[in-house]
Amino acid sequence: MIESIPIPGIEDFDRAYWENCSQNKLSIQHCAGCKQPRFPPRHMCPKCQSIEDEWNVVTGKAILWSFVIPRPPLLPVFENQSPYIVGLVELIEYDNIRIIGQIKTDESIDSLEIGDTLNVRFKKINDEISLPYWVKE
Amino acid sequence: MLKDRTAIVGIGETEFSKSIDSTELNLACKAIKIALDDAGISPDQVDALGSFTYEETPEFEIARNLGFGDLTYWSQAPYGGGASCAAIGQVAMAIASGISNVGVVWRSRKRGDPSSRMWSHTNEKIFDHWKWSRPSGLIRPVDESSMLMRRYMHQYNYSREDLASVSISLRQYANHNNKALMQHKSLTLDDYMSARMISDPLCLFDNCLESDGAIAIVIANLDIAKSLNKIPAIIHSYSQGMNKEHQLMTHYHGDDPLESSSYITASNLWNLSDYTAKDVDVAQIYDAFSPMIPFSLEAYNFCSKGQALKLINEGLISINGDIPVNTSGGSLSEVYLHGMNLVTEAVRQIRGSAVTQVKNAKLALVTTCDATPNAAILLKGE
Repeated sequence: MIESIPIPGIEDFDRAYWENCSQNKLSIQHCAGCKQPRFPPRHMCPKCQSIEDEWNVVTGKAILWSFVIPRPPLLPVFENQSPYIVGLVELIEYDNIRIIGQIKTDESIDSLEIGDTLNVRFKKINDEISLPYWVKE
Repeated sequence: MLKDRTAIVGIGETEFSKSIDSTELNLACKAIKIALDDAGISPDQVDALGSFTYEETPEFEIARNLGFGDLTYWSQAPYGGGASCAAIGQVAMAIASGISNVGVVWRSRKRGDPSSRMWSHTNEKIFDHWKWSRPSGLIRPVDESSMLMRRYMHQYNYSREDLASVSISLRQYANHNNKALMQHKSLTLDDYMSARMISDPLCLFDNCLESDGAIAIVIANLDIAKSLNKIPAIIHSYSQGMNKEHQLMTHYHGDDPLESSSYITASNLWNLSDYTAKDVDVAQIYDAFSPMIPFSLEAYNFCSKGQALKLINEGLISINGDIPVNTSGGSLSEVYLHGMNLVTEAVRQIRGSAVTQVKNAKLALVTTCDATPNAAILLKGE
């Protein structure tokens, strides 16, 4: 098993997403033609099939849709963090754009509830990758 | 075209165990020979093969070990737990369309060793769709399934006690089955509630077993099937399904993540069939994780959305319930072989030879993984 955190490999169609994350900005891919937003990023607009895209920076404010607390056995890097929380959050600026990220709270895990309002933060992994996570404040 | 044109005529299983000292090819050969003997079909009559893309025993090795005739069709179905009914349906289509006459579908797997867990081979850099979840620590299939279960519990006001009834029901079936790995282990609500968590809200008993073994089935056209001595399990209808915006195991990005690809498979399966869910006597529902049973029962229209756990608590899936489910113990308590044990159990139910037999079972549904692109078959007796 790998000892390090598995990191996303950057590809042409999601390079802008990761570049923005590295600057602590969350951005969503939109079709340059019909303006349809899409997540996860991909090569083609599923609505009009255009391959031209543009990126809109968003606040990252989100509602907690669901979450899990993984327990061992896990990859070593996550076993060391356990218990941690992984959430699926729904961005308030869109209908149905949901993103996976860790959830941090200063309160006990038991106080976390589906429907909680969360703010995005970024954890720098290396020069190219910062991972978004969300905090309950 | 396909309806009632083919049947499952033979089933074969090796022993099931946490660890078998043998290769997957050796186990596959044994299971296939048992299935052919069960059918009363000579190996040289086999001219079609179907397997999983995850299967590591190649067609030519299977064919030349078993002494098959000249092959005219083979195909593989993708997505692990979503594959069994797709592999079967594709071979059935080849037979119904006249390309071939007798097909074998098999799955051989040594999965008892923890080092064979697929997630444990996660790479340092991820280029497929798992780049959007694994770096955050959502690593294993159980984590991916748990995400949907917590939402379902929230949406429909259920607790872990409610979910416990799924695992307990299947364990009760397994306790009667001398092939089940969990035959001698009872499971109470207290056991369940005090089990260690694997991915909260899912605990140890919400997870399938880790096991070794092989299973094979034989499919033939109906003329051949009727010439044999066994009651044929006629393949009445079959469909695959993948919904809009589907993402493998992490179907979180469509309009409603709780509406899985099973809804597509189910809708098309019922459209192609002469029956509805009400007519089904016994169901074999893919159960790598316990939430897949309530999710699938709702998708296949055995009850309305949000009702499944309530009804399971009231006995829906037990032997005296309206729709007995996974009557040999399923993947949670018999063996985990990517759902192929669900197929052999459905055939035994149609034959009237199951250990826990549903009285006068004439119609059996078999489904595949709710969280992947999937497939289902509807089997009927004569």
